[in-house]
Amino acid sequence: MTLLAVTVIGHDRPGIIADVTAGLADLGINLEDSSMTLLRGHFAMTLVCAGDVPLGQVERALAPLAADGSLLVTVRSVPAEAVSKASGNPYLLTVHGGDRPGIVSAVTRVLADSGGNIIDLTTRLTGDMYLLVAEVDLPVSVDTDALAGRLAATGADLGVRVTLSRQETDLL
Amino acid sequence: MTLLGWSEHDLGVPGRVLPVVTASDPVLSAASERVDAADPKVTQLAADLVATMRVSPGCLGLAAPQIGVGWHVFCVDVGGHAKARTTHGTFALCNAEVIEATRWEKAREGCMSVPDLTGDVKRATRLVVAGELAGSTEHVVVETDAFEARALQHEIDHCEGLLFLDRVAGAHAVFRRRVYR
Repeated sequence: MTLLAVTVIGHDRPGIIADVTAGLADLGINLEDSSMTLLRGHFAMTLVCAGDVPLGQVERALAPLAADGSLLVTVRSVPAEAVSKASGNPYLLTVHGGDRPGIVSAVTRVLADSGGNIIDLTTRLTGDMYLLVAEVDLPVSVDTDALAGRLAATGADLGVRVTLSRQETDLL
Repeated sequence: MTLLGWSEHDLGVPGRVLPVVTASDPVLSAASERVDAADPKVTQLAADLVATMRVSPGCLGLAAPQIGVGWHVFCVDVGGHAKARTTHGTFALCNAEVIEATRWEKAREGCMSVPDLTGDVKRATRLVVAGELAGSTEHVVVETDAFEARALQHEIDHCEGLLFLDRVAGAHAVFRRRVYR
């Protein structure tokens, strides 16, 4: 069984997901994890799927989607990754303020220096406001109050508001 | 002056409609100053907040930082909203604090100062808030629930320099507001 990573990005229209997944289903490929959204109006999808099909055959099956130049489709084989168990505590980071280059790099560097692992992240630019929301796995050894202070200071230098809060998980 | 039956006419000054500032403005990220609720400037501010809320479609509450003033004052009016249960009509509170908050539920909310986004935020649906009625020395305790509770927490957050964006439930809990025609 081969794992494949498929990316599709380009001009949005109804039916892209139906077309991509039909091409994969016709080859007996099973969809595993996927994510799709619109990024500034562009269709953007990444999916990991599994099947016993040569890479070239998958590329040929999806090639018609890219034929008119409106979509960029890539297919790569990827190794299986063990689904890692979270080793730390779940936190949510939000950043918002006036847009400028370097916000994401500065804030995520502070997290990385503390061993914080971002497991999900979205950013939005609306008007002149930039927003980042990230779910972060923080090692239990991290002094989160001190980290929140460093993040707030970094945010203040950039003129943006940074909030780090513990994420609640309610198991029912 | 009491909470029940309060209206902006009790303030005795006409409100002005003022422009609403949006999220990259630092006034929205700073904690507001506490005020003297009986100060005529606070009375005028409360009248301006209600007047601006009234002319803004869909606006059910407005805090002073949203019109560029870093004072701990806001108004709400969720009367008639489908998600409201207990309501106290229109009122403007100064220096309001949450005294008790229970029964937390997640729901989607938006904000005039973040016009293009909405987000899922967990708020208490049973709430007790204490503060002073704008334009008076009257200390009031507001016990409410459901949507009025959400609105009060949203506005108190504004006065503390917090937006709903600071409390969204996750990386995929923010949504671009769609305008359907």
